[in-house]
Amino acid sequence: MTKSRDLCRRIDRSDGFATLTLDLFSGSPNPNPCSYSRSAKRVRVSCASPAAEENRSSLFDSLSEEVLFLILDRLDSDPLDKKSFSLVCRSFYAAESRHRRALTPLRSGLLPAALARYPSVSRLDLSLCPSVTDAALASVGGALRSSLRSIDLSRSRGFSYAGIESVAVNCAALVEINLSNATDLSDAAAAAIGRARNLEKLWLARCKMVTDMGIGCIAVGCQKLRLLCLKWCLGISDLGVGLVAVKCKQLRSLDLSFVPITEKCLPAVLQLPHLEDLALVGCLGIDDEGLMSVKQESKSLQVLDMSNCQHVNHAGFSSLLSKTPGLRQISLAYCCKVTHSLASSLQKIYNLQSIKLDGCEVTTSGMKTMANSCRTLGELSLSKCSGVTDEGLSFIVTKHKGLVKLDATCCRNITDLSLASITSSCTSLTNLSMESCNLVSREGFRLIGQRCHLLEELDLTDNDLDDEGLRAISGCHNLSVLKIGICLKISDEGLIHVAKGCPNLQELDLYRSVGITDIGVMAIARGCPLLQIINLSYCTEVTDYSLRSLSKCSNLNTLEIRGCQVSSSGLAIIAVGCRKLTKLDIKKCYFVDDAGMLLLARFSQNLRQINLSYCSVTDVGLLALASVSCLQNMTILHSGGLTANGLAAVLVACGGLTKVKLHSSFKPLVPKPILEHVEARGCVFQWRDKPFQVELEPSEVWKQQSQEMHV
Amino acid sequence: MAEATTKPEEATVQIVYVERPETEEPETFHIRTLAAVLGSEEAAKDAVIYHYKHASSGFSAKLTQSQVEQLSRQPGVLQVIPSRTYNLHGSRAGVMGLWIEGDELPRGRGGCGIYFAAPISFDPFCLLEDLVLEKWFSTDSGAKMDFKLRRPLEASSNASLSMMSEISRNLKPGLPFVPCDSTNICYVARQEQSFSEFPPPQVTQSHGLYAREQKTETKKQLEPSSAVNDLVMDWNPRLMLSNLSFLEQKIHQVQDIVRSIISQEGRANELAAQQQLVTADLTYIIIQLISTAGTLLPNIKNALLSATPPVGQPGVVANLPENASQKQHEVLPVELAKASEYDELIKDLNCGGEGDELIKCLNNSVAEASDSIPIEDHDIKDYDDGMDGENLPPGSYEVLQLEKEEILAPHTHFCLICGKGFKRDANLRMHMRGHGDEYKTPAALAKPSKEASSEPAIIRRYSCPFVGCKRNKEHKKFQPLKTILCVKNHYKRSHCDKSYTCSRCKTKKFSVIADLKTHEKHCGRDKWICSCGTTFSRKDKLFGHVALFQGHTPAIHMDDAKVSGTSDHAQFSETTNGMVADMAYNFSGNASDDTQSLDIKDVDDGQGYFSPMNFDACNFGGLDEFPRSAYDVSESPFSFLSTGTCSFIPRNGEN
Repeated sequence: MTKSRDLCRRIDRSDGFATLTLDLFSGSPNPNPCSYSRSAKRVRVSCASPAAEENRSSLFDSLSEEVLFLILDRLDSDPLDKKSFSLVCRSFYAAESRHRRALTPLRSGLLPAALARYPSVSRLDLSLCPSVTDAALASVGGALRSSLRSIDLSRSRGFSYAGIESVAVNCAALVEINLSNATDLSDAAAAAIGRARNLEKLWLARCKMVTDMGIGCIAVGCQKLRLLCLKWCLGISDLGVGLVAVKCKQLRSLDLSFVPITEKCLPAVLQLPHLEDLALVGCLGIDDEGLMSVKQESKSLQVLDMSNCQHVNHAGFSSLLSKTPGLRQISLAYCCKVTHSLASSLQKIYNLQSIKLDGCEVTTSGMKTMANSCRTLGELSLSKCSGVTDEGLSFIVTKHKGLVKLDATCCRNITDLSLASITSSCTSLTNLSMESCNLVSREGFRLIGQRCHLLEELDLTDNDLDDEGLRAISGCHNLSVLKIGICLKISDEGLIHVAKGCPNLQELDLYRSVGITDIGVMAIARGCPLLQIINLSYCTEVTDYSLRSLSKCSNLNTLEIRGCQVSSSGLAIIAVGCRKLTKLDIKKCYFVDDAGMLLLARFSQNLRQINLSYCSVTDVGLLALASVSCLQNMTILHSGGLTANGLAAVLVACGGLTKVKLHSSFKPLVPKPILEHVEARGCVFQWRDKPFQVELEPSEVWKQQSQEMHV
Repeated sequence: MAEATTKPEEATVQIVYVERPETEEPETFHIRTLAAVLGSEEAAKDAVIYHYKHASSGFSAKLTQSQVEQLSRQPGVLQVIPSRTYNLHGSRAGVMGLWIEGDELPRGRGGCGIYFAAPISFDPFCLLEDLVLEKWFSTDSGAKMDFKLRRPLEASSNASLSMMSEISRNLKPGLPFVPCDSTNICYVARQEQSFSEFPPPQVTQSHGLYAREQKTETKKQLEPSSAVNDLVMDWNPRLMLSNLSFLEQKIHQVQDIVRSIISQEGRANELAAQQQLVTADLTYIIIQLISTAGTLLPNIKNALLSATPPVGQPGVVANLPENASQKQHEVLPVELAKASEYDELIKDLNCGGEGDELIKCLNNSVAEASDSIPIEDHDIKDYDDGMDGENLPPGSYEVLQLEKEEILAPHTHFCLICGKGFKRDANLRMHMRGHGDEYKTPAALAKPSKEASSEPAIIRRYSCPFVGCKRNKEHKKFQPLKTILCVKNHYKRSHCDKSYTCSRCKTKKFSVIADLKTHEKHCGRDKWICSCGTTFSRKDKLFGHVALFQGHTPAIHMDDAKVSGTSDHAQFSETTNGMVADMAYNFSGNASDDTQSLDIKDVDDGQGYFSPMNFDACNFGGLDEFPRSAYDVSESPFSFLSTGTCSFIPRNGEN
């Protein structure tokens, strides 16, 4: 007992950072403290002494699997923790193998080995594997016969219907398949899916070669379907959808966006007894007359998305809305003009809570009617609507004081009047987007912080916000997302207020808010430890000091510092501190060179996406970066030190690449077989021919443009 | 005929045979002869319906009884007989035999050719079916053919012939059919010995007769014989043809099942199921055959009536059997009397010895049939009324009848200067511009406006020149055709050879190009197949079928599947449905070895169709939850595939 405590303490001491100790056993009959480190190496070192080895084996083996599972249940947040856990000892390893339910492999090639280790995986997410062969899928079918419930192939290519077949046939418990973006799969694959009799959720977005015949096989085979997404399945027509509606009576959610259907299949679809969610985005085959001819009612429908149905006017919508009294959410984005007649058709829908009218033309009378027709609106989106006036918006918000989410992006006609009525009546707002509302003054924005204290997400990009406004906003203690890009009047002072008032901030966008310097960023880094995403692009005053302070935010996963005055050392500190970093944009960070890359490659093993354009990185740095096994997405334009040979080596070395953006001058230089090989692995090349842009002090340019816009 | 008996003075169509004039044109001679009776050449020209100039010499005309008598006394007139239709019918189900309608036989001067199919027996229930039958009858001209009758019968007999030959080809010993060898099926296509006066009759002569418009066509264009009585053709030969071809398909399917039984001996349970299937199918075939034959019934009846001679003209009708005049209104006696009539008929036929057996059959069947055919009296009345009352629709429209030459002419607009023909008048006007400036004026180039526009437009309707056709104005239930285009299409479809064959299926034939094109749109590969083997020509029909039946799935063509497998690892797309649980994977853990270690099954190229149903035959370790249908379709999912487009597919498990 004491020895084990010793061991634990030793581990604690030896591990300088990020040691997590869970005392799950206090008060239990066998109060063995269990400790483990997230640094696998440290644990191994501590176990190296023979005495410890002896003790450890007796001690850890005494823990039952049940207990280990309990511990593992609490480790879901960080994948690295589980890895460390499994490396503690053999029994831990075995327990972790049996415990794991979800697997997200990086390479499909290692799938057989991984599946041999994790026999009870129920969720298999292959979205990080650009190329999944039929053999790999066959191994999945062979290894996870009874346990597999969900498989995601939405970002993978390289398999055919045979692979799907083996999974669908062998895994009897399979409930979810995501085959989106499998553009080369056709009816045979659909027929294979039809063999998965227990399937409940199926995504087939962009499976453009699947026709009615294929969907017919699915409809007949998978009669337990609850969710079906046929977005962009251009081969499917009314017949296929009609058959689905006839056969799959359990459907809850059906996405028919951009499918060339007409109104002929709608009666059958609306007849589905449990249908709750129907998306008909961009169904251009549906028109007014067709909708009016539909007589079928649907009592169960709750969510209807008819965005981009450009051939439908208010008559059609009115007719359809009168048949769906149970609607809670409706989206009519980019459709017809919202007039009095359309708005009055909402009257029959008692429970309507959410309306999205993005991009529509709105009339004041329409808005007023809408306000009168609806009973308790919770969510309203008027993003990019033309014709939104103070009068209409004020009328709505005074009628619907329970509004929680309001999107008024680019409503350029609204003024302080609207904001005054919004903030005075809707004090329970949690989400507010007011990007580019240029007529609202800085005084108006102050009202937001003063009155709406429950705000969680706030988007005030490109506005006349000033430090005083930020100070008011700091009163919203629950704020998690704050977007204040292109607010040229804010400075460090305002940021310091935010850092003090909003400890839960997770996302901060300061794109081109050029008044920000290291001091503000330091304050944020100190005050908001949960920060995950920060965008400091073109904040030209930001230097390595900011990065040094941000390295304390261990949850940081996205960092955009385009055009900042940072160097390799700053990047190195970030790499060491922010191990979860997945997305990094250091375009036009001219001082970042190979040294930064070496450290980044060494520490940021989770990096998925990187933009290295205009950096001073050479072949050496890039080759180092190639050792990051997760790396999928790379953009390298105008990197002076890069040669074709180096690039070829990097492309070959980086096995997981899915998308690489390169300057087109490299295209003839890189050997063609290499390009073909990399493409065969699932990588897509984008060749860009942008001219090298000489630095023009972009912030200055932006300031000028911004001034002109205001005038 | 009926009217001829009651109103002797009414003109009926008579065929007048005259001596062939040596010195003058046949037509002028005909007119001159007739003018002597009718009084003027104009009247004669009006009365003449057709001139027979090639094989024989004569004409047909509408004449009253008295005129007939006068005419028969004219010099050069050999014989005047009323135009008559002869018919030949298959019997109904359950009856074997064949009988021929006709109350007169041309003796001495006529040749009689009868084509008929002998009865065949092919079904397992010893239900004998005789199949029709082609007859054509040449009166003493030899060239006067009963085209009206011949056309539809030809179609049906072709179908039945092909059907029978299929049967004889496909039946094999060991099949659950009643033993039936091909000798049972005799299709006698004989012509009577030709009579000296009318050497090789029929086809070749009719060729000569209508040689003008047959330059390109190998088959003869059939001339409507205007000298034919108004025989009602109520039954639809097309329907029958489609019925028969459907039966043919069905028989193919049964064949396939039986073959599959042969190929997989020793599985008792499957055998039982398949036998059940065969039984069901055969029962269906029989029922279908019976109902198909039943459609002939009204026609038989009408034919009986039409064949009865007018009482008032005993002198004209040559060789009228004496008992014929007794069967005017009482149908049943008529039929019973047939037996004796047939005896005479058979004697007259002078058939060869081998015909005797058939003839006996005929007699038997007639006796049986007469008992079993129920005939209602009111039908007969309808018939009579229709004839008596001249029950044409009110004369609200003008009926035009184009001649067949006009209908079949490739061009309808001709240049008056150079004679070039055009299909459209607009093209003609364009052409005319080349002939001089006077044709270039706006007035000449303008579309000829309808002058009748000011006055109330006369509704024009069109009549088909084919006598006996329902679209012919002589028909008692005349239904006019609306436009010239309708006339053209109707005439080509109904009375012409189908010379356009579908290049895909090689079986469907059409007489109108547009029909062919329509058919080609959905012929062949676009066949929509259900997993149960039923094929549909239209996708929506397939989906309706699938929606209706539990467990039926659209079947996907294997070719499509192969196309779809365009992955980087093409070899895997070849691992068809052999990708089953028993595949041995040997993953070494080395990623690069994966592809090689996959046990790739041999590809069975013979597998024509890829259907999810196939997999039900495999054992996936008890995962097979697919509900089996009563017929256990999954055992041989494609045994129903018809039309021989794909061979029978062996069961998946045996691959």
